[in-house]
Amino acid sequence: MTTDLAIETSGLVKTFGDLRAVDGVDLTVPRGTVYGVLGPNGAGKTTTIKMLATLLRPDGGTARVLGHDVVHDADAVRGLVSLTGQLASVDDELTGRENLVLLGRLLGFRTRRARERADELLHAFGLADAGGRLVKSYSGGMRRRLDIAASIVVTPELLFLDEPTTGLDPRSRNQVWDIVRALVGLGTTVLLCTQYLDEADQLASRIAVIDHGKVIAEGTPGELKASVGGGALHVRLLDPEDRADAAAIVARVAGAEAHLESDPSAFSVPVDSPEQASEAVAALAAAGVGLASFSLGQPSLDEVFLALTGRPAEDHEEVAA
Amino acid sequence: MSTAPATRPARDAIADEQVLHAALSSTARPPRPSAFAAAVTFGWRGMRKIKHVPEQLVDVTITPVLFLLMFTYLFGGEVAGSTGDYLQYILPGILVQSVLFTAVYCGISLNTDITKGVVDRFRSLPISRSAPLTGALLGDTVRYTIAATVVVVLGLVMGFDPGEGVLGILAAMLVVVVFTFGLSWVFTTLGLVLRSPNAVMNTGFMALFPLVFLSNTLVDPATLPGWLEAFVDVNPVSHVVTAARGLMHGGASAGDVALVFGEAAVLTAIFAPLTVRLYSRHT
Repeated sequence: MTTDLAIETSGLVKTFGDLRAVDGVDLTVPRGTVYGVLGPNGAGKTTTIKMLATLLRPDGGTARVLGHDVVHDADAVRGLVSLTGQLASVDDELTGRENLVLLGRLLGFRTRRARERADELLHAFGLADAGGRLVKSYSGGMRRRLDIAASIVVTPELLFLDEPTTGLDPRSRNQVWDIVRALVGLGTTVLLCTQYLDEADQLASRIAVIDHGKVIAEGTPGELKASVGGGALHVRLLDPEDRADAAAIVARVAGAEAHLESDPSAFSVPVDSPEQASEAVAALAAAGVGLASFSLGQPSLDEVFLALTGRPAEDHEEVAA
Repeated sequence: MSTAPATRPARDAIADEQVLHAALSSTARPPRPSAFAAAVTFGWRGMRKIKHVPEQLVDVTITPVLFLLMFTYLFGGEVAGSTGDYLQYILPGILVQSVLFTAVYCGISLNTDITKGVVDRFRSLPISRSAPLTGALLGDTVRYTIAATVVVVLGLVMGFDPGEGVLGILAAMLVVVVFTFGLSWVFTTLGLVLRSPNAVMNTGFMALFPLVFLSNTLVDPATLPGWLEAFVDVNPVSHVVTAARGLMHGGASAGDVALVFGEAAVLTAIFAPLTVRLYSRHT
């Protein structure tokens, strides 16, 4: 059975006691792309992934993964997908190499081939030197890379990535992004759950925003950001004395109210576009205001939520599932 | 090669694009392994962990050593008239005791796998649902054998002199390991039901202590009050000790051994399917 869709869910529901962790999720994910699922902790992202990866049984609705029903044809789904969970699910008490050999053998490779494959992946992911060390001595970035390597010992058709860069430093984060881009370039579909809008923006061609177990917005990153506005211009001045005047200038150009930061020399103003931001910076320069730094920040998840729901993203208690 | 190497990248940098692409694209999916092959692989995992974290064997070996020394020299003179005679009596029981305590660890390590998320990966693989469990328990039997060997060797050094010789000792060890394999399914069930590795450890040992001590390991049950003697007589641990003692010193009946194997089979028949069910459904 072939289909152009990697994932197709309809009214997917999962409840834990009184909590409707996933409350009627409809997703349509085309093959060969990164699809972002954006939401705060506890929004239902992990629960959704677990149902799609056949680890949890849905309480309602249907889900097809690569044309196979996740309940009735779970085994076929398992043969096509890989999961990199939130916990970096590698074995601390084995070496990096042993972790990969273990997975290779469980997937059906003979020991010798499993070893070759492990070395190939360790080399490609910059873990060749660390391969013989126990994973408990790895940094967060190394664990993540090993975790992803473990998910692609056999290249899956669909890879679930659950918050792959949470807690990583910027360099490790870029490394993970490079790997994801390379994978997608070679035809794997990736379902990426994240709390970071800029991560979804960097990688995903479409994004679903979920909250309280429901999809509250769906579209390309551009559409989503357009619905939120262009982000905010953050300005830091050389002299705090200038702040009132400078904030007034930027506020006038942007046509929005300035937000004074707790740092007495800093403020920020929401802007519609990069062009508007540069216009505001030019106006400051023309007025002779000394700038220490300025930056155009992407709208944060909080701002997206504020725009979509009229309230900030709550950090719900994560469901232990 | 005459060209100078390019600047060496940072040691933990991911490789250049070509190598990365080669690694990402070079794998066809092999045929799935059989349930047996997958279980053997999980057994291999258990062995590697014993190698990397030998501390886990220290618990397993120190505790029986302490028990054997303490009980023999503390109670020997009082209970049996001489430490030498008492050693002959209690060694088979201490053997059972130490291997049974070791079995709690299979529940603890299963629970650790769940807490750390490793189980999620295994469950998302296209492999037999029971392979991770049977594999881990097969690996654990190595641990049981090590614990049993330590007790027996120490006993021999202290003067244990069983009538049935080496064959008797080996037969007794086999019976103990088989029974413990059956009992370990109870601990894997606990490992899946309880919330933390610590809870598994506490509950496991709590349940084992009365079974292990209210048995015929340390004293002749005939000296006990009637109600207690009745309990000791039906306690499966007593049956294992009786079989092990008989196999080592002579006098074991086929019935003694069959009873133990039967109990192991019943435990497996109830708790193995329960474990697999809980494992497959675990949320």
